[in-house]
Amino acid sequence: MATATTTIARKRSALTRGQLPSYAPWAVVAAAVILAAAIMALVGFNALGWGVLSAVLFTIGLVTWSAAAEGSRKAKDKLATCLVVGSFLIAVLPLVSVVWIVLVNGLPGLVTPGFLGTSMNGISGLQDNTSVNTGSRVLGGIYHSLMGTLLITLWATVISVPIGLLTSVYLVEYGNDRALARAIRFFVDVMTGIPSIVAGLFAAALFAAISGPGTKTGFVAAVALSVLMIPVVVRSSEEMLKIVPNELREAAYALGVRKWRTILKVVIPTAISGIASGVTLAIARVIGETAPILVTAGFATKINMDVFSGWMSSLPTFIYTQILNPTSPANPGPSVQRAWAAALVLIIMVMLLNLGARLVARFFAPKTGR
Amino acid sequence: MSSNSLTSAGASGRTGDKVFSGFALGAGALILLVLFSVATFLVVQAAPTFVANPSEVAGGEGFWKYILPLVLGTVIAAAIALLIATPVSVGVALFISHFAPRRLAQGFGYIIDLLAAIPSVVYGAWGVAFLAPAMAPGYQWLADNAGWFPLFAGPASATGKTILTAGIVLAVMVIPIVTSLSREIFLQTPKLHEEAALALGATRWEMIRMAVFPFGRPGVVSAIMLGLGRALGETMAVALVLSSGPLIASLIRSGNQTIAAEIALNFPEATGLSLSTLIAAGLVLFVITLAVNMLARWIVGRHKEFSGAN
Amino acid sequence: MSKRIDVKDLNVYYGKFLAVEGVNINIDARSVTAFIGPSGCGKSTFLRTLNRMHEVLPGARVEGEVLLDGDNLYAQGVDPVTVRSQIGMVFQRPNPFPTMSIRDNVLAGVKLNNRRISKSDADALVEKSLQGANLWNEVKDRLNKPGSGLSGGQQQRLCIARAIAVQPDVILMDEPCSALDPISTLAVEDLINELKENYTVVIVTHNMQQAARVSDKTAFFNIAGAGKPGKLIEYADTQTIFSNPSVKATEDYVSGRFG
Repeated sequence: MATATTTIARKRSALTRGQLPSYAPWAVVAAAVILAAAIMALVGFNALGWGVLSAVLFTIGLVTWSAAAEGSRKAKDKLATCLVVGSFLIAVLPLVSVVWIVLVNGLPGLVTPGFLGTSMNGISGLQDNTSVNTGSRVLGGIYHSLMGTLLITLWATVISVPIGLLTSVYLVEYGNDRALARAIRFFVDVMTGIPSIVAGLFAAALFAAISGPGTKTGFVAAVALSVLMIPVVVRSSEEMLKIVPNELREAAYALGVRKWRTILKVVIPTAISGIASGVTLAIARVIGETAPILVTAGFATKINMDVFSGWMSSLPTFIYTQILNPTSPANPGPSVQRAWAAALVLIIMVMLLNLGARLVARFFAPKTGR
Repeated sequence: MSSNSLTSAGASGRTGDKVFSGFALGAGALILLVLFSVATFLVVQAAPTFVANPSEVAGGEGFWKYILPLVLGTVIAAAIALLIATPVSVGVALFISHFAPRRLAQGFGYIIDLLAAIPSVVYGAWGVAFLAPAMAPGYQWLADNAGWFPLFAGPASATGKTILTAGIVLAVMVIPIVTSLSREIFLQTPKLHEEAALALGATRWEMIRMAVFPFGRPGVVSAIMLGLGRALGETMAVALVLSSGPLIASLIRSGNQTIAAEIALNFPEATGLSLSTLIAAGLVLFVITLAVNMLARWIVGRHKEFSGAN
Repeated sequence: MSKRIDVKDLNVYYGKFLAVEGVNINIDARSVTAFIGPSGCGKSTFLRTLNRMHEVLPGARVEGEVLLDGDNLYAQGVDPVTVRSQIGMVFQRPNPFPTMSIRDNVLAGVKLNNRRISKSDADALVEKSLQGANLWNEVKDRLNKPGSGLSGGQQQRLCIARAIAVQPDVILMDEPCSALDPISTLAVEDLINELKENYTVVIVTHNMQQAARVSDKTAFFNIAGAGKPGKLIEYADTQTIFSNPSVKATEDYVSGRFG
């Protein structure tokens, strides 16, 4: 305030009286870290314990000081802040650990030549034992699972998107508040809560009734995934169609455009970015589903590009079986390496789908310049 | 009325409307049909279990004796997961919505959303490869020092593959989901309410208790219920992490089993009656998750009028 | 082009609620008719019944007759879509289709109905319609830009161009200037004056000066109280309504002494 009319002598502002000085948190941090280190030195040092103890000591120190200097209200506020930040750190630790472990364990397998391009056909415990004993590279790859995942997800999408989108059109454009629409909304909610393994059992039971017990193909898996995917597509598309302004529908009707053309040419194009991003997220959700595929497509070690006959592998089931039943029980190392590499591939796919959904939502959104 | 020029045109154009609305209606009806057939097929295929001679059902004492420990195991695992996940998720959601610097908050939110999308089998793999061995010494310590307490009765599992580990893995899986939903709700708190509280001289924590929690409570409850549904139905993480066995009270010994994992582990070899039994187990799981979802909806519906959301 | 509208004993209901009661009105071809009245008196609702747009609102229905050059809009077998292609409508807030360019917005009525149109015909129609809406000179260099990039007044004139591109007989306008600034309002009012050369224009407005400026005839609607139906109180030449109305309520309203 260079233009202030009166110059006030520098003094401690009345507004900051009774507050902890600004260096207080840092001072407490330093004290807590040192004290924690000292205590850890007595009982045996480990980094995690040191961090946790420092955080606890910091909280106690800061809150006590605040209670003494600022009163209980401010102290409670500080305590809440410490707890909230603490819970964030608690949540981040395992999540970072998950990502880190997958990266560290998955990279060696991923960069092994042939990992993405070959299947597990002909790979048995023999090959794995050899590669462990002689130190040669791990043979076998995920090509069959990658193709299986892509095909099963593709079919699930082909089934789910038309049904889901048309249902949301019915709910928003035709159903309004009719009993049928309310029933559909309710049961879509119910469907969202179906455990994935139950969806798998349903598809298995359905096809057992149609084409005999034990029918396991990629298509059965796609049906199982559709049961999980349809409600997600319906819900997200419904939200997107709902936010299309009614004025646009009225504008089209007033031009003498029929309702179905209005929906196809005006409403859906306006909402398409949101719908597409919702569909992408739905794909990301089902692409990592393991349980329904396990009970519907079985396991395969060979490449099978026919979703209508024969067992099919997928990335999640590949990971699961490689960990639970290693190819060579005596030397599980190569199987574990393949599993982690497959997990890394799967995570990368899911992340890309999520990113893609955001990009789709951003770049295909209609330009509104009102 | 043949003179009315307005009736002459357009009768053909209506076909499109009829066909299209028919398709839309058909898709909606198909969903009802699918759900109906899910229920029917499961019931039909599960039926043999209920009428079979109890001694032939897995476990040898009839279906209900078989399923009860599994139900309890499922509930225990989900309860552990929620006990851990609820406070942490609400804390993280608050951190992102009200504590973190705005610029970082968006990034954090995005990361949490990404983590919610990580497939469960990856969490399972992490649990068995990293968490279980890391927990084993802790379990040993608990067994040595708190073994008098039934939940921590020894001998502790040497591999760490216990129901507690499974519960923690489930918690880690559920945290991003509950956080993501709760954050959305906290962000919707009317700015006016927040500013009103701050203008009265409330500290940030008091503002959250006065404005954010009352507004967000039903939404957070439903988010937790959704997390519970996920934890109850989660298969892979448990199947990979838990070294299953009969129902026991101790959380740090191998033992216990959940419905979903039981199905996944035994389905590949199941035929005939054992298949029916597994499908019946799936039906029970379906009913449990359905009940949880209904409860969540009921809670949200009951609180709606007081939340100030409308 | 341009037809007259005659309304006989029209009642409008929302479900069981009678919203507008007993309207009789004769609207001449090639004229501008303004509907004025307090909020909630049913003038917008009534306007929508003139091209059956009220049917978009759930529960709305009509008793009585609306004749377009003698043809009843509500006769058996009349398709509302046919009605709307002959009686266009412009809304309160400009609503160009956000996914379409300026050119496609003008052609929307043709294209959305899948009618085939050659490129040269389309170009001619776009130019004619935009010129008819006094917008051609402002947008002719950016016909392929999105319509939502225009200013509010330009957007509203784009919506008028879109409405006249389907070559209707009547254009209904529901408070077309209420979301516009004074300069854009003036542009739209000028346009309305030109439109009556070729079209029958019916406009709902809250702005009495606007009614006085643009309309040939004015209809005053009023409502007796909350929950009561709206009624047509007085319908006469605009001059008469504003200088020498025959009903006390009309005089109170136009002189600003209302309520």
